[in-house]
Amino acid sequence: MGLSDLANSSGEWLKGSGPESDIVISSRIRLARNLADFPFISRTTEADRAEIEKILHGRINELREAGKVPSETYYINVGDLDNVDRQFLVERQLISREHAESDGMRAVVIDREERFSVMINEEDHLRFQVMQSGLNLESAWQQIDELDDLIEQKLTYAYSDKLGYLTACPTNVGTGVRVSVMLHLPALVITRQIEKVFRSLQKINLAVRGLYGEGSQAMGDFYQVSNQITLGLTEEELTKKVADVVPVLIDYERQAREFLVRESRETLHDRVSRAFGILRTAQTISSEETMHLLSSVRMGINLGLISDLEIPTVNKLFIHTQPAHLQKLAGSELESNDRNIERASYLRRHLDILGPNDPSQN
Amino acid sequence: MKCQRCDRQATFHITDLIDGKPNELHLCEECAQSFLSPSEEETADVMPAMAGLLAQHLAVGETADELARLDQRACPLCGITFLEFRKQGRLGCPHDYVYFADELEPLLMNIHDQVHHIGKVPKRCPQGADQQTQLIRLRREMKEAIATENYELASELRDKIRETNNQSQSSETSEDQPQ
Repeated sequence: MGLSDLANSSGEWLKGSGPESDIVISSRIRLARNLADFPFISRTTEADRAEIEKILHGRINELREAGKVPSETYYINVGDLDNVDRQFLVERQLISREHAESDGMRAVVIDREERFSVMINEEDHLRFQVMQSGLNLESAWQQIDELDDLIEQKLTYAYSDKLGYLTACPTNVGTGVRVSVMLHLPALVITRQIEKVFRSLQKINLAVRGLYGEGSQAMGDFYQVSNQITLGLTEEELTKKVADVVPVLIDYERQAREFLVRESRETLHDRVSRAFGILRTAQTISSEETMHLLSSVRMGINLGLISDLEIPTVNKLFIHTQPAHLQKLAGSELESNDRNIERASYLRRHLDILGPNDPSQN
Repeated sequence: MKCQRCDRQATFHITDLIDGKPNELHLCEECAQSFLSPSEEETADVMPAMAGLLAQHLAVGETADELARLDQRACPLCGITFLEFRKQGRLGCPHDYVYFADELEPLLMNIHDQVHHIGKVPKRCPQGADQQTQLIRLRREMKEAIATENYELASELRDKIRETNNQSQSSETSEDQPQ
């Protein structure tokens, strides 16, 4: 079982590298596919699900043995996991909340570097995604397109000439593609422009959600922008639709940061320094407060207001201080109060000793 | 009839499902729009709720009788009724897109503004709806045969499923050229 290895590492999409990585955390594209000769998940029997799992898992194994996908992959039977492990995979964005919480035979295949994950028996039989650090949508599309071709060589997907790939929910029919970019937009939040940005995105049929798909008050000022429609445009056009809007958002965020530096440098510096101070010294701290403060610290590093800390470390702290991650790292289940104490201790350990040559970043 | 929320003429007759029970609403255009459009809170997380919400749009303009009749139609392959789809927002099998085509078209138009796929085409296209759904049909029949303890029929169906599987596998091998 590789979950503990995963807990200690940080994954491709948290590397903090790639184009525009001061603002763009990651690019991901997911495809939804169904086998032509089975009902959709809601009408399957347990035997159907076991059979679907066998077929898809078998196909991924064949590809691995043929060297077509990375050999270091974890196969995880999600139904066998306890709550903490399931939550851990959600926090890591390797499975959806729905996949964690549903019933019956379901699985996920993840590669060691967390560049792709394949969910079996989620809302659709097959949902796989490719993740990259920074803004890299075109390359993510090429990768997932290839992976789709490889998987399909021996399977027949549910497809109609008119409607394209058929999915359990009509919101995904056609291309079955969800192109999304995760952005860190703290200055747009501070300058109260974020709502305006959302409204204009919604007008061009793009959806905006928080880090874990939650509603308007996004944790840590992280926002995921993705395509809302999946039918009537090509995959390349849908990718381009998201890719085209991201530079505009980056530009708005940079302008807002420049405005803050120009108009209220001391206030901003104070905000960043206090956030850093609390994170380095707190004895008990909630997940929400941690995300909120880390967001200021992350922006502070990008603006040169904090020099002895690096972006990959902060990216990692965002995820490693989530409830299930903390419990995996501590090696035991913790109640909420104990988690807050453990979280503060974890932050002190990682923020006090770290310098640019931090050995634990590997 | 007057709108239930203001004094204007009710032109929209909406059947809303509350805990699975139909609830009739008669509204003017403006009130219907505000009823059907998501609140600000909902728009932020619109994707999961979308299918259900848009399924409600379908109800606009339908009388309760028409809706009830529509809702009772069940897909001959997976057995899902349109009512069940409207409640859970998830279809039961690929054939539903054919069987409920008329009902789904306005919904697809609402979601995507389009009803024709122009993107990627799989290299191994299923050859017609029949072949695509044959195994679903056979498996369902086998399950029913087992449920009614008709084991002779079940075993025949099992052989048929095996045969169909083998056929598609042998065609797969010939297509799977080494790269």
